[in-house]
Amino acid sequence: MVTDMQTSLPFLEEIWGWLDSVSDPEIPILSVVDLGIVRNVRWIEEQTDFTTKAQSTRRSDSTLVVTVTPTYSGCPAMAVIKTDIQRALQQRGVSRVRIDTQLSPAWTTDWMTERGRKRLLEYGIAPPEPQDCKLGLASEARSTGIPCPRCGSSDTRLVSRFGSTPCKAFYTCNSCLEPFDHFKCH
Amino acid sequence: MPLNTNPRLEFVLRLADNCLILSQRLGEWCGHGPELEEDMALTNIALDLNGQAQNWLEYASQLEAEQQTPDMLAFLRDAGEFRNCLLLEQPNHDFAYTMARQFYFDTWHSLVLTDLLDSTDHRIREISEKSLKEARYHLRHSSGWVIRLGDGTDESNLRIQKAIDDLWCYTGELCTADAIDDTMCAERIGPDLTKIRRDWLTAINNILTEATLQVPESGWMHTGGKQGIHTEALGYLLAEMQFLQRAYPQAQW
Repeated sequence: MVTDMQTSLPFLEEIWGWLDSVSDPEIPILSVVDLGIVRNVRWIEEQTDFTTKAQSTRRSDSTLVVTVTPTYSGCPAMAVIKTDIQRALQQRGVSRVRIDTQLSPAWTTDWMTERGRKRLLEYGIAPPEPQDCKLGLASEARSTGIPCPRCGSSDTRLVSRFGSTPCKAFYTCNSCLEPFDHFKCH
Repeated sequence: MPLNTNPRLEFVLRLADNCLILSQRLGEWCGHGPELEEDMALTNIALDLNGQAQNWLEYASQLEAEQQTPDMLAFLRDAGEFRNCLLLEQPNHDFAYTMARQFYFDTWHSLVLTDLLDSTDHRIREISEKSLKEARYHLRHSSGWVIRLGDGTDESNLRIQKAIDDLWCYTGELCTADAIDDTMCAERIGPDLTKIRRDWLTAINNILTEATLQVPESGWMHTGGKQGIHTEALGYLLAEMQFLQRAYPQAQW
């Protein structure tokens, strides 16, 4: 483990790497970092009472605060994600972890990493179109033109604005006739 | 049930209960949707609204100094303590009724949440920002269906028109301010409902016209939901929603 010489705490870069091993339970090829829901990671000194503080090292006294934001208000995966983050960090020796939830600024698919978009495509889910959110098309599912993740054709049509999870809409390809999920711009 | 002395708490409970009660109603469609995609759509919308209700109830719980947890607020209050508008508790009936109810609410909800982005209350602003993206998506769905049914076959036109007419008398309350609303508006915490009403009517008119439907004439309106005086429908809804916590107090998932 790479550690900060003065405090013997793992570097934040390394912690981000560990968080990258935590998968989204609904779409396991995506990590929580790919999804853009980890907003901040920082160490804080808990103001514990002085008698115990004097006896303990600084390392065990510090708390790692991970700030996450939900994708959708009712996303049932959030509880599992928080538990998984907690477990992943504790397995690597970070004993004191606090997970904060932050609602604002509201999560957007613009925060998804480029690698995340590639992984979605390979998995058979059409990734969110980055330009759509900037064009003000968030809160809408494009009725046509989402490229098919199987054959690449843009001759596709929206079947339902809602899909198997809150973050997806359901499409069909007019070229290869396969149905597919689209991770919608939000 | 007497109103809480804290107007902000009353205001937040109204926002919470609108979402929670409509979410429960939509959940009743699970496994009964007219087609698979619509079954999933209705339950997805229910899930979003349930999440929004959770956020509002967490804030309500903080405002009353955590005398009740969010779960207690949802599952242990009786009908007279619920603050949702009467429209949201109305039974599902057929798909046309469900969509008419959703369309009236989504239009109102999007306008109110947009206004709340400028609330002087930081927490209300945050929850509204999160909810608004979802509410707009719901509105596209419900107004799309109102147009499709209205401008569809004779039968679909007849049925959505009947639903639009029958539910109309429950919509007045959405934009009728009482003392709580006036206080919230004066403190710039809540919206000016006179303005919301004007925008709501314009939006409803536009979609109904596009759907080749008749806009109902303004007439006598039911009120009382925001003050805890509900229709018979709410009691049955709560009996189902709260059964588990009533039968097995403090049961945990």
